[in-house]
Amino acid sequence: MAANLYRIPQLSGRLLHVWRRNGLVWRKLAIPSMLGNLADPMLYMLGLGYGLGALMPEMRGLSYVAFLAAGTVCSSTMMTASFEAMYSGFSRMHVQKTWEAILNAPVTLDDVVLGEAVWAASKALLSGMAVLFVAAALGLVHSPLALSLLPIVFLTGLAFAGMGLIMTSLSPSYDFFMYYFTLVITPMMLVCGVFFPRDQLPDWLQAYGAALPLTHAVALARPLMNGAIPDGMPGHLLVLVAYAIVGCYLAVVFARRRLLK
Amino acid sequence: MGELEVRGLRKRYGDREVVAGVDLTLQPGVCFGLLGPNGAGKTTTLRLCLGLTDPDGGEITMLGHRIPQDARTARARIGVVPQMDNLDPDFSVRENLVVYGRYFGYAKAEIERRLPSLLEFAGLNARADAKIQTLSGGMKRRLTLARALVNDPDLIFLDEPTTGLDPQARHLIWERLRQLLGQGKTILLTTHFMDEAERLCHELAIMDRGRIIAHGAPRTLIERNIEPQVVEVYGDGAESWADARGMQLSERCEKTGETVFCYTADAQPIVQDLDRQPALRYLHRPANLEDVFLKLTGRELRD
Repeated sequence: MAANLYRIPQLSGRLLHVWRRNGLVWRKLAIPSMLGNLADPMLYMLGLGYGLGALMPEMRGLSYVAFLAAGTVCSSTMMTASFEAMYSGFSRMHVQKTWEAILNAPVTLDDVVLGEAVWAASKALLSGMAVLFVAAALGLVHSPLALSLLPIVFLTGLAFAGMGLIMTSLSPSYDFFMYYFTLVITPMMLVCGVFFPRDQLPDWLQAYGAALPLTHAVALARPLMNGAIPDGMPGHLLVLVAYAIVGCYLAVVFARRRLLK
Repeated sequence: MGELEVRGLRKRYGDREVVAGVDLTLQPGVCFGLLGPNGAGKTTTLRLCLGLTDPDGGEITMLGHRIPQDARTARARIGVVPQMDNLDPDFSVRENLVVYGRYFGYAKAEIERRLPSLLEFAGLNARADAKIQTLSGGMKRRLTLARALVNDPDLIFLDEPTTGLDPQARHLIWERLRQLLGQGKTILLTTHFMDEAERLCHELAIMDRGRIIAHGAPRTLIERNIEPQVVEVYGDGAESWADARGMQLSERCEKTGETVFCYTADAQPIVQDLDRQPALRYLHRPANLEDVFLKLTGRELRD
């Protein structure tokens, strides 16, 4: 039993059944859902960017709003993936018992959890793209290199989807997600370079931030949106890949422990 | 070779052995009923057969596939009606069927082709575009049943299919299940409604504390396990009547609260005696499956 719990998840095209199911539901409310996802990051980006930005002539060679735009692409990706994996995922797993229904068909729990992860990452990609699109429309994107950000945004989404699904598989109720947001997501917003450069922080906070996935997403997004190849790109990618793989793996393990007992 | 063969099945949670050595054989075309009080291990047995949890011991072969190793492949030929409704609330009636068919890998056109007969079977033609939340309990059950047929399964699992339904809705479900048996499907259902088991099932197994304690056709179970006649006695003084007269006149006499149950091969002496007791009311009836069930599993509550 223990060996079965920890076996490597099987990757199968069947995860698309789950992805597609969620996509069909999303399609019914696509426009309000997109606008809802866009409103919050836009308010921060434009409010702080132009408001606070007026007091700061430049940040690292960029206007503050352009500096913030790169951070917002990443934080918005993080938020969308986390909300989808946790609140929506928990509804489907625990409240609506959608996962249980799917498991009676020739689909495995590995397929379901990985399908949910890829779905949350896809939704996060849409969010990130939407912010990127608005930033481009405002003239804040300075290079077509920004397009290479799309797979990175998807990868970032997958990393946060994996982490969120771990929470989903462990939580007895929705209440626990609040802790995750307070203890994990909010600190990431503040120490990962979304609003200001990380080197403004004391060393120990910088070290903490360096271990968090959002830091690496931002470190890739900011130069790419401004026409530069990021320093240490392979390292940043590696951290994101590691978070995505370990996160999704643990999510599958915890889901097995919860549902296949 | 049966559609489902289970040998020596065991499953333990902590110290508790929930399934403690179960053997089952389902022949094709049979309706097999698994009866038992709450917590007897019925649902766990179904989950084990579907490969949704690994057994601690024993062997399962379903439609020629070894479970749990080939469970996913086997499930392609299985239909499942779970105990709790898990219809997809984000979709309409029609969409529920289409989306569920997708999990089996069917193309949309293929499912669309089957849709009319599934809706017809569920009696939901007129409600095809209704939201799930607007359906009654009976409609939801019928839709769940139709959903379980989306892959035209050979073997159908039903976990307490009529719990919580009104009599009209139950009778309709029973009629549908008979229709499926008529088409040659094999059915495994769990229930704790004895009338349901008696009406539908060709073969029954009574399960208690993880074990099968009796097995056979409904009539055989009754003949083999219990006296053929029952007299139920109610009213003030039923208990003292039982002590004074009932015990001698019947082969077995059980007192539960206000009611006395007398089991016997010949009820005439009891009935004659009771006719002389104006304070007591009684009901004389042939023994049924519920009597067998209560005799074998006891009268205390199981929660």
